[in-house]
Amino acid sequence: MADVVIDPTAPPAHADSGHGGDDHGDHGGGHHSSTGLSNTKLAMWMFLGSECLLFGGLISVYMLYRSRHAENLGPDQLWDIPFTSASSFVLLMTSLTMVLAVSSAHRGNLRNTKIWLVVTAVLGSLFVAGQAYEFTVFYREGLGFTTSLFSSSFYTLTGFHGVHVIVGVIMLLSLVIMLSKNRVVGDKGETVEVLGLYWHFVDVVWIVIFTLVYLIPA
Amino acid sequence: MSTDTAPQSTPETTDTAPGDAHGEAHGHGWTDGQYVLLALFLAVVTALEVYASYADWLGPFFIPSLIIMMVIKFVAVVLFFMHLRFDSKLFSILFYTGLGLALLVYIGTLLTFQFFVR
Repeated sequence: MADVVIDPTAPPAHADSGHGGDDHGDHGGGHHSSTGLSNTKLAMWMFLGSECLLFGGLISVYMLYRSRHAENLGPDQLWDIPFTSASSFVLLMTSLTMVLAVSSAHRGNLRNTKIWLVVTAVLGSLFVAGQAYEFTVFYREGLGFTTSLFSSSFYTLTGFHGVHVIVGVIMLLSLVIMLSKNRVVGDKGETVEVLGLYWHFVDVVWIVIFTLVYLIPA
Repeated sequence: MSTDTAPQSTPETTDTAPGDAHGEAHGHGWTDGQYVLLALFLAVVTALEVYASYADWLGPFFIPSLIIMMVIKFVAVVLFFMHLRFDSKLFSILFYTGLGLALLVYIGTLLTFQFFVR
């Protein structure tokens, strides 16, 4: 009897059964706090709140130093607005594909979830590729990391954002692999949703960067 | 022994409470069509932003109009794509606390460096 009593770790076992995983019915993942809210979602929102401070600092530093540059190597001479607008559009659309992945996951449609996650990862990679191309062009025109205060703050801000996108792409692909191998413990819908929060945040940060850094002239 | 089993069965029943809370999550989202419409709206606003950056006739409204469009996009993604409008208030508090703190601290910093004086 006592052995049976120890088994009330049954919730995870139930979650692994696969029944609820796809069906979004295995709420016994055991990841809920006494508030009735998911601990992982709570942690992600706290993390995103703290990320606001990080990016707020980087954006402020850029705003302060954006006019500290050589005459021919400033934002107004370097920016290629049509190109950056296109890559911004690509990143914006990843928010749609991500939310469709979350939506599919909540409906228990694992196949569509994986497809939308892969599409999101591909579009995210496209954005990073665009950023790498942009950095290369700027570098060839003479804008190195230490060229000026403007260049340092610009590369730091957009580079940090790019790293966040890369991390997001890695997490998306990892999640696709884990879903394929049925390695996701607990509620799959919630797992996709939590990753979605991170991804949308990265998009939201770019919305701010695109306007403040690229569209508003120095 | 049987008393051991009794209390341990209760957590299982209480575990359904979060389940209920999560059940709300099923209903809190929009339909896929609504998400597509929102994405189209965001794309249009982005196009307007880019257009505004080239439009000379906006004059003194140039920067305010860009800021307003940026805020509209930001809020739309946070409220609807991130489900903050439909989720627990606690999530909103956590996020907006970080965001508000960031705005206050960095506006203070920019004021200190007389960024807005120029």
